[in-house]
Amino acid sequence: MAETKTKTVRFEISRQDTPDSAPYTETFELEYRPNMNVISALMEIRRNPVTVDGKTTTPIAWDMNCLEEVCGACSMVINGKPRQSCTALIDQLEQPIRLSPMRTFPVVRDLQVDRSRMFDSLKKVKAWIPIDGTYNLGPGPRMPEKKRQWAYELSKCMTCGVCLEACPNVNSSSDFIGPSALSQVRLFNAHPTGEMNRSDRLNAIMGDGGLANCGNSQNCVQSCPKGIPLTTSIAALNRDTTLQSFRNFFGSDQV
Amino acid sequence: MAQNREFGNRRLHSLLGVVPIGLFLIFHLTVNYMATKGADTFNAAVHLIEFTPIKIVVEFVVIYLPLIFHAVYGIYIAFTAKNNLGRFSFFRNWMFFLQRASGIITLIFLIWHVYTTRIQAALGAEVNFDMMATIFSSPFMIAFYIVGLISTVFHFANGLWSFSVSWGLTVSPKSQKVMTYITLVIFLVLSYIGLRAIFAFV
Repeated sequence: MAETKTKTVRFEISRQDTPDSAPYTETFELEYRPNMNVISALMEIRRNPVTVDGKTTTPIAWDMNCLEEVCGACSMVINGKPRQSCTALIDQLEQPIRLSPMRTFPVVRDLQVDRSRMFDSLKKVKAWIPIDGTYNLGPGPRMPEKKRQWAYELSKCMTCGVCLEACPNVNSSSDFIGPSALSQVRLFNAHPTGEMNRSDRLNAIMGDGGLANCGNSQNCVQSCPKGIPLTTSIAALNRDTTLQSFRNFFGSDQV
Repeated sequence: MAQNREFGNRRLHSLLGVVPIGLFLIFHLTVNYMATKGADTFNAAVHLIEFTPIKIVVEFVVIYLPLIFHAVYGIYIAFTAKNNLGRFSFFRNWMFFLQRASGIITLIFLIWHVYTTRIQAALGAEVNFDMMATIFSSPFMIAFYIVGLISTVFHFANGLWSFSVSWGLTVSPKSQKVMTYITLVIFLVLSYIGLRAIFAFV
């Protein structure tokens, strides 16, 4: 009787001890379990941080939160593609599974990156609806249901950073804010109350590092885990900013 | 000081590529095509252009200044990109890369092309059928011109696609797809016109 060999999963993980130190690779081999995903494998390594050569090492650092692909925290580069590790099922991945951080962002440690720049971008483009006041402003204008459903697709953005990682124009020599924040401008400009601050947002993305930096490689829309029509948003904003620049220059109105 | 210029610069870069540079390219290729009707027809067309009023001013305003801005800013754009075809081999990402590569190739070609024709003319040489025939007597030059032509025409055709996105003309994925086919036809037609002209001198 043939001896049944236990099925294993092999990981090649890019590691980095501090933000400034050089990255190195460590290989791990785990026993296969059904329905494993990258996060459960990382947890397994954390329980027993021993490399394939038998060397005991430090547990791997990574970010995670919701574990159902809505928070965006666990994004990393898996077999060359940026995606969420919670929905990266081992059964669907080619081995060895190569994990590395999204190096478009500053690496904190191992697979952990600092996505602060994305949140700064949201502030820069005023990705909110200002409703605060000293008295009750009353109900805002109604939003047609059809438009709400359309806008819902844009609101699925979880600031995960995959589109920035995929974009050839987001890198250390450019200050492009990237597709996600731009698409949020379209979302908030489409809202009946948000529309009242339309020109503020358009003028913000017409600044340096803004919309004009898009080079139309369209990697973002192909990579977005939420299927957000990012390039359609960018093209629509191109049209809006064209008109806004005419308004600004010829001064037809202030909104 | 020079803050918030990027939007204006990028839009100007996009516009200049089509008007006037793109229009001049079509005009230039059309005149070249006269060579397929014989040396006399070509020489007649060249003479006609030589009588353009205030020619040197027109050349600067319509060709040199827009081209220099487009080239210098284009080099900056090309070298701030970090190409990632290895990881993302999508069609549009290829076009993104080829647009930048063809821009650089076209610039090298144009510098050589302007040096051997317009600058020689300024130094006293006569631009006519024979001048081109002499250039094309070398097989290397034929190959160099073919690469230069294809690269230029590609850069124009694909640039027209990004122009229509950058100015917000084609917003929906469907319109962008249709524009891909339209610009493909423009690429093929202009390449045919240009190649016919090159081989008319050989």
